[in-house]
Amino acid sequence: MDFQIALLLGQDGLTNGAIYALLALALVLVFAVTRVIFIPQGEFVAYGALTLAMLQAGKLPATLWLVLALGAAAAVLDSAQALRHGASRRLPRILAVNLAAPLLLWLLLASVDLAGLPLLAQIVLTLAIVVPLGPLIYRLAYQPIAEASVLMLLIVSVAVHVVLIGLGLLFFGAEGTRTPAFTDGALDLGSTTLQYQTLWILASSALLIVALYAFFGRTIYGKALRATALNRTGARLMGISTTMAGKLSFTLAALIGAFSGILISPITTLYYDSGFLIGLKGFVGAIIGGLASYPVAAAGALLVGFLESYSSFYASAYKEVIVFTLIIPVLLWRSLTSHHSEEDE
Amino acid sequence: MNSKPILLEARDLSVSYGKVEALHKVSLRIREGEIVTVIGPNGAGKTTLLSCLMGLLPGRGEVSYVGRPLGNDFEVEERVGLGLTLVPEKRELFADMSVEDNLLLGAFDRYRRGQRDYGETMQEVYGIFPRLKERAGQMAGTLSGGERQMLAMGRALMAKPRLLMLDEPSLGLAPLIIREIFRTVSRLREMGVSVLLVEQNARAALQVADFGYVLETGEVSLEGPSAELASDPRVIEAYLGLGGKH
Repeated sequence: MDFQIALLLGQDGLTNGAIYALLALALVLVFAVTRVIFIPQGEFVAYGALTLAMLQAGKLPATLWLVLALGAAAAVLDSAQALRHGASRRLPRILAVNLAAPLLLWLLLASVDLAGLPLLAQIVLTLAIVVPLGPLIYRLAYQPIAEASVLMLLIVSVAVHVVLIGLGLLFFGAEGTRTPAFTDGALDLGSTTLQYQTLWILASSALLIVALYAFFGRTIYGKALRATALNRTGARLMGISTTMAGKLSFTLAALIGAFSGILISPITTLYYDSGFLIGLKGFVGAIIGGLASYPVAAAGALLVGFLESYSSFYASAYKEVIVFTLIIPVLLWRSLTSHHSEEDE
Repeated sequence: MNSKPILLEARDLSVSYGKVEALHKVSLRIREGEIVTVIGPNGAGKTTLLSCLMGLLPGRGEVSYVGRPLGNDFEVEERVGLGLTLVPEKRELFADMSVEDNLLLGAFDRYRRGQRDYGETMQEVYGIFPRLKERAGQMAGTLSGGERQMLAMGRALMAKPRLLMLDEPSLGLAPLIIREIFRTVSRLREMGVSVLLVEQNARAALQVADFGYVLETGEVSLEGPSAELASDPRVIEAYLGLGGKH
């Protein structure tokens, strides 16, 4: 390997690592707040990228039907619950959020020339379609069993993952897609070139991480999420509802996932099921952070990115094997150094 | 004899853990601006009572708050919104967050409903517990036992409750600190906060309270104005006498 190839691989590793880091942060967040190991995190990556591709092809993204269906289901369940509690004053809000908002989105999407929109508008619309899936999935799949064991929640995660993959095939077909780069061209650095899209990915990831940091450190809602992760009972006694915290963390996870997909779809072809492997690599990073530490998880994810990129040079057939084998020494190290605490709370 | 409006009333409240009944047909009432104490030995069901009133545990029987029935489907979070706050025995602080952030989150429910005056409330809490102000930037987990209790109470006050429920605020604290905590409790009445105080330290509790209940093996065995209870021979023998537990 000469210097130039090393640089190229390093650039690859950094780019992928940045995306894995974002996903690792989302996984740690979701686990800390809800104890859910969020296997379907990667599906949001694929859904984000493929929804954007459909928009750019001028088609109404099929993901919209899922939002409408889940929104209707959530509206029925929430309304029934509100009526049982004699709290009919909550109905307008329930119907507005779960039914009216998706319908408005549909109206908006149907009335504009999707393919002709500027990229930024297309991205915003994509996020508006995909991100609501996060809280809706939490509402329908996890909220009813929020107090269940970690294992039970994990099994539900696997089920949600399988369903989303199946729906992905139905929505987007088996063909892979790529979207055009945010900015075409590359930066000439003498010994190597740097694609502008790579810069977009690195800058956006860094910005998103800083924004998350500010959200958790400075805003009362971010602090409320941390409080729920630290002490669920204490948080409930402050009026921080576990449901609200769960929905908020799933919203952030969906946003991070979908945005990651939008970022990488210009540099890699994504299929309906590509998200799973990407999500799992983020998961390896999250495991390095013990599903608890944000900085260690992000660093671990970067390590995964580099390991993947350099092993694809030395032993490309074993690339995935090497990355996922990393989990064994990590788990050994963690079980030897950390005091084992029984699951839950 | 007492015409102040009733804030919280429980009638024939029973709570069971599986087949074991921890609370049997307990009735009590707290009037606006009163300090009411529930004393009794360990395991009498005092914590169970508070948990049920706060909505952490389901119960049978009736609970009403300002005349409005509070069924089991009233979640903890909704009760906080109605002005009920519980300082649990375990304090349940956010150990890895600063004292100031703990206090701030006490005002979360009010913030969510659009009341953004938490800065003023925090100054009031710092006025009551100057020690918390000195510790503002410190992690809650590094505080001493007394400071933790102050933080737990301060955090609860950030919600501007109408009824503050305190579960064993003196537990595990040094006598000097206990005195300070109880002095604060009687100051709360002047601020218009009603208090339901659950205590094993019967002597101190009866001193600050207006009215008291004795809870034994899940049932109310005695009730009356604090002064009467404090001079009742049964209470003296079991809870206040030299041979008693405290």
